[in-house]
Amino acid sequence: MKQLRSPEPQQTPRGGVRLKIDGLDVTVDAGTSVLEAARFLGLEIPTLCHVDGLSAYGGCRLCVVEIGKGDKARLVSSCTYPAEDGLVARTNTKRVVRTRKMLIELLVSIAPSSKVIQDLAARFGVQKCRFKPKYEDCILCGLCVRMCQEQMMSGAIDFVGRGQKRRITTPFDKKSELCRTCGGCMYICPVCTLRCQGPSAPTDVCGSCVCMEPTCIEKFDDYMCYLGPTGVCGTCVSEGKKVEGSGGDKELCHTANTTQQRQP
Amino acid sequence: MIKALKNPADLAKLKVSLLAERDPKRICISVCGGTGCRASESALLIEAMESEVAKQGLKGKVDVKATGCHGFCEHGPVVVVTPKEIFYERVKPSDAAEIVGETVIKNNILDRLLYADLMSGDKILSEGEIPFYKKQRRRILAQNRLIDPTRIGDYIALEGYGALVKALTQMTPEAVIEEVKKSGLRGRGGAGFPTGFKWEFCRRAKGDDKHIICNGDEGDPGAYMDRSVLEGNPHSVIEGMMIGAYAIGARRGFVYVRTEYPLAVGNLRIALDQARQRGILGKNILGSKFSFDIEIERGAGAFVCGEETGLIASVEGRKGEPRQRPPFPTSKGLWGKPTNINNVETWANIPLIVNRGASWYSKIGTEGSKGTKIFSLVGKVNNTGLVEVPMGATLREIVYDIGGGIKGGGDFKAIQTGGPSGGCIPRHLLDLPIDYESLSKAGSIMGSGGMIVMDDATCMVDVSKYFLNFLRDESCGRCLSCREGTARLYEIVERISEGKGSEGDLDLIEELAHVVKDASLCGLGQTAPNPVLSTLRYFRREYEAHIKDKRCPAGVCKALIQYVIDAEKCIGCLICLKQCPVQAVTGEIKKPHKIDSDKCIRCGVCVDVCKPKAVFVV
Ligand SMILES: Cc1cc2nc3c(=O)[nH]c(=O)nc-3n(C[C@H](O)[C@H](O)[C@H](O)COP(=O)(O)O)c2cc1C
Ligand code: SF4
Ligand code: SF4
Ligand code: FES
Repeated sequence: MKQLRSPEPQQTPRGGVRLKIDGLDVTVDAGTSVLEAARFLGLEIPTLCHVDGLSAYGGCRLCVVEIGKGDKARLVSSCTYPAEDGLVARTNTKRVVRTRKMLIELLVSIAPSSKVIQDLAARFGVQKCRFKPKYEDCILCGLCVRMCQEQMMSGAIDFVGRGQKRRITTPFDKKSELCRTCGGCMYICPVCTLRCQGPSAPTDVCGSCVCMEPTCIEKFDDYMCYLGPTGVCGTCVSEGKKVEGSGGDKELCHTANTTQQRQP
Repeated sequence: MIKALKNPADLAKLKVSLLAERDPKRICISVCGGTGCRASESALLIEAMESEVAKQGLKGKVDVKATGCHGFCEHGPVVVVTPKEIFYERVKPSDAAEIVGETVIKNNILDRLLYADLMSGDKILSEGEIPFYKKQRRRILAQNRLIDPTRIGDYIALEGYGALVKALTQMTPEAVIEEVKKSGLRGRGGAGFPTGFKWEFCRRAKGDDKHIICNGDEGDPGAYMDRSVLEGNPHSVIEGMMIGAYAIGARRGFVYVRTEYPLAVGNLRIALDQARQRGILGKNILGSKFSFDIEIERGAGAFVCGEETGLIASVEGRKGEPRQRPPFPTSKGLWGKPTNINNVETWANIPLIVNRGASWYSKIGTEGSKGTKIFSLVGKVNNTGLVEVPMGATLREIVYDIGGGIKGGGDFKAIQTGGPSGGCIPRHLLDLPIDYESLSKAGSIMGSGGMIVMDDATCMVDVSKYFLNFLRDESCGRCLSCREGTARLYEIVERISEGKGSEGDLDLIEELAHVVKDASLCGLGQTAPNPVLSTLRYFRREYEAHIKDKRCPAGVCKALIQYVIDAEKCIGCLICLKQCPVQAVTGEIKKPHKIDSDKCIRCGVCVDVCKPKAVFVV
């Protein structure tokens, strides 16, 4: 995940609220989120719309955990839910896993070309997408809005509209005076990072990105990465050769070649 | 100049003098001036009535009163002549002369304006005898027909602000909260949270600066009980809020009203002004140490602005989007201050509880839900309107006894309760006593009290498509599960209604619907799948007919039906042939016509225009 500077110095959780996550007791400061508390314990909870250093938004719902018992048990987004005294949270229940998979499937259906989303699909065992792909270039996670506002101190973009009409734009859809074209929004965007153009149809959940070796190094002397640390960006796209017997319109990319896949 | 009341004794004196002015035998013509009746010219009717009274020399002897909504809007405008309680329906301005001349002066009943019983056709004289009213238990709506909402005196004469005085002079804030807790009152805005407990949380929250809000957003299409209470009896809401503010320790109150409710805003504003002039609202109310005032906020119009955290954001001038709870508004609400939000109807219950006591109040209702609830009954039912019944009344009582059964002779199929994100309850549950728990067990919700009756000509796939369409547009769009989930649910249901559904679709709907419910942040997403899940639960066969047989049993889904002309019934009149917008009907005069199904766009014009009813759906 992308790392950003934290607006406030990181504090080690201490004193305050006592809760139980996956059977482990943890004591954290009041105001800590359940996600932070879980991460403090080293538990893995996937997130998409949450990045350290930006305020919690609660849009992607990937970070759901189950709280409460019996009839009262319910799912909440751990990035926005505050740690409370006596809270019991579980991060990998049946309900959580089922929900998470469906959410990832929905994400794939909106933006199948996003590497971040394909990686999530692979990591959490989502192998199919039963919805018609939309090829949107935005999943409305709001990261760019918060990046622009909270880290770049600009506030040039925001959400407009609701429901199906919701989108991200500048005031009155005109170039914003506030925008310094810093590119922070593109840097943070999970959809702007494209997946490899693999052999499979873009709607497929390819799953190969997670264990992908960069392919550019075969062709060039250097890694050609321009995003993120060298060799992990995954945006490299090989020339590809035609897949035989596939009608010639599908391209095979080196990355899908099993010999090049590292075992996870 | 109106004199401010300096103490409770002044209020009592005012009440006595108001009552003394009133002669119970004096004739009063009350005309409904609610929004529904105004749409059918009741404003003109009121004017006509006043000028007739003057013309026929009765000025000062007979009163004309424009009241709030009586709730029987389908038969409006309604006129009630007291003290005899003669009830006239669908009165036109042109009827005014006759009502004054005949009924008021000569004591003659105008038969043609009386309500006729649905079964026997017998004319019914007084309001109380009409089954629609008789079977109701009106506590909140009771005063609507007695009060001119623009005159505070009308409210005061009917014990108005007596509960406030009682609370201020005889009860501590804690005692008020205890009484509300004991009454068992639960929030009427949807979730049914126990009101007294909410007040207690807010009272105990840290900080001196506390606010209370009255939620009058009423976003459910077709529901208008809150509007009727606000415009018909605004003082009852104001008094409830004042008692709440006293109990909680709040200094400022807000009423959030939809912009689409101009009359409610107008009447409320008048009521607030009059209360301030009388010293009932503002600083040192009735000479006590308690100070409190109320402001009106006009809603932005989105359904989701009715959700409490969305509403708070909207009042603060931000985008009306819900946020994570906790923190709950009772600890961190408006501008970060402890805030107590209740629905209009909830507030209107408070004066009753304080006046009559918790044990009186909780005498009616069920184990877990006390008091009455107002429902807005619409759809395929004979008597549409506002229905106030005790909690625990059955659907059958509401639909048949009060609603007068199914309109147009069809059969009852289902009733949708709770607004757009409520569920559809089928026929075999008609005897279900309704309260918060029973509705939720049946896969629906109380919501704010919308009720839509559906007959056998309704396709349940079409119904769930309709509500999903509403919800996918009204989702604020923050949560992936809600925004994308409702859109995808709509997509699948639409596909099914077009005959393009496949075997796995129903399982996919169920799987996705549960995720939408589970994963979404606010009540909208958490309840959005109710319409589709409940119809799937009770009417699965109908979905299957669309998928497997490519057939819409109710004959509604356009892609799956064909219009056919019955050659035996067709008289060859050419009417449908001429009316068809795409020339799909062919034939000659006096010979049976035919519809070309390939050309036909299923607009249904032919069905509507055919006199011998020869066009039918297959
Ligand atoms: C999508 C949505 C819409 C709502 N709309 C309304 C509304 O129009 N009026 C209302 O009183 N409550 C509405 N509510 C419920 C409020 O969030 C809140 O629970 C209520 O105002 C609390 O008052 P009560 O305890 O008196 O019911 C809505 C809730 C949701 C989730
Ligand atoms: S543009 Fe990218 S970062 Fe911004 S909301 Fe859309 S997906 Fe998220
Ligand atoms: S559940 Fe729907 S309406 Fe509620 S916050 Fe999430 S997206 Fe918005
Ligand atoms: S990471 Fe918590 S909702 Fe997106």
